[in-house]
Amino acid sequence: MTTSTGVEELPIRTGDDVVRVRQLVRARAQEVRLSLVDQTKLVTAASELARNTLVHGGSGTATVETLSRDGRSGIRAVFADEGPGIPDVDQALTPGWTSGSGLGLGLSGARKLVDEFAIDTAVGRGTTVTVVKWTR
Amino acid sequence: MERVPVLSLGDALLVSIQIDLQDNTVLALQEDLAERIVSTGARGVLIDISAVDIVDSFIGRMFASIAALSRLLDAETVVVGMRPAVAITLVELGLSLAGVRTALDVERGMKILRALSDRREVRQADEADADLVPVAEGGGPAAGA
Repeated sequence: MTTSTGVEELPIRTGDDVVRVRQLVRARAQEVRLSLVDQTKLVTAASELARNTLVHGGSGTATVETLSRDGRSGIRAVFADEGPGIPDVDQALTPGWTSGSGLGLGLSGARKLVDEFAIDTAVGRGTTVTVVKWTR
Repeated sequence: MERVPVLSLGDALLVSIQIDLQDNTVLALQEDLAERIVSTGARGVLIDISAVDIVDSFIGRMFASIAALSRLLDAETVVVGMRPAVAITLVELGLSLAGVRTALDVERGMKILRALSDRREVRQADEADADLVPVAEGGGPAAGA
């Protein structure tokens, strides 16, 4: 069974908020003793997703919590916006596909860097991306 | 928004990133560097990222564009001090930063910039010599007539 503790929510409205989300995710990843490489991967994924929330969603929130399951710890980060949503998720997850001026590595890259990845989106309703990274 | 200071050392510009980079800071650094390369006539740009704990696709792309724009302005860029965890993450992200010259630390980075600058001077000297060589000097078909 998975238990969750220490839920914390941050707004994502500016570039500085994206930095604050990175710092929170880093602090929580250190708390559960993710390895340095895994911390870096998770924080990098969080940075991509928080930027997506800001740039594509307009604004939104990041919710970070600590998970525990079968003696392992993990960090879950949820990025939610009420923006335009993603019309074609498969396309958006294709490495190199970009909706704008980026490299198209944000969403596909974030997925590669974490252990669990889920995306819930609907046109006109917004997008929620959930990622989890577990200790080994 | 914080700005990253750009220092001038000899014919190189030094940038040591000591803050958490947000996107606007990254864009401002790019513009500052372009202007400073032109105003100082710098031949090299050294960016020290040993204090940077993450490089995501936006920041990574900034290194690539700084390298490209400095080349257009006749300067070379070396990114130094990348942390191992950052390198592992970048590769997994699919960002290999091809076209960006790297070195392990500032000292090696400066060595690369010096070597590039020396090579360029030699090449320019060679080209200057070539201009001075007279065509068909002695022994040419026209000379013996």
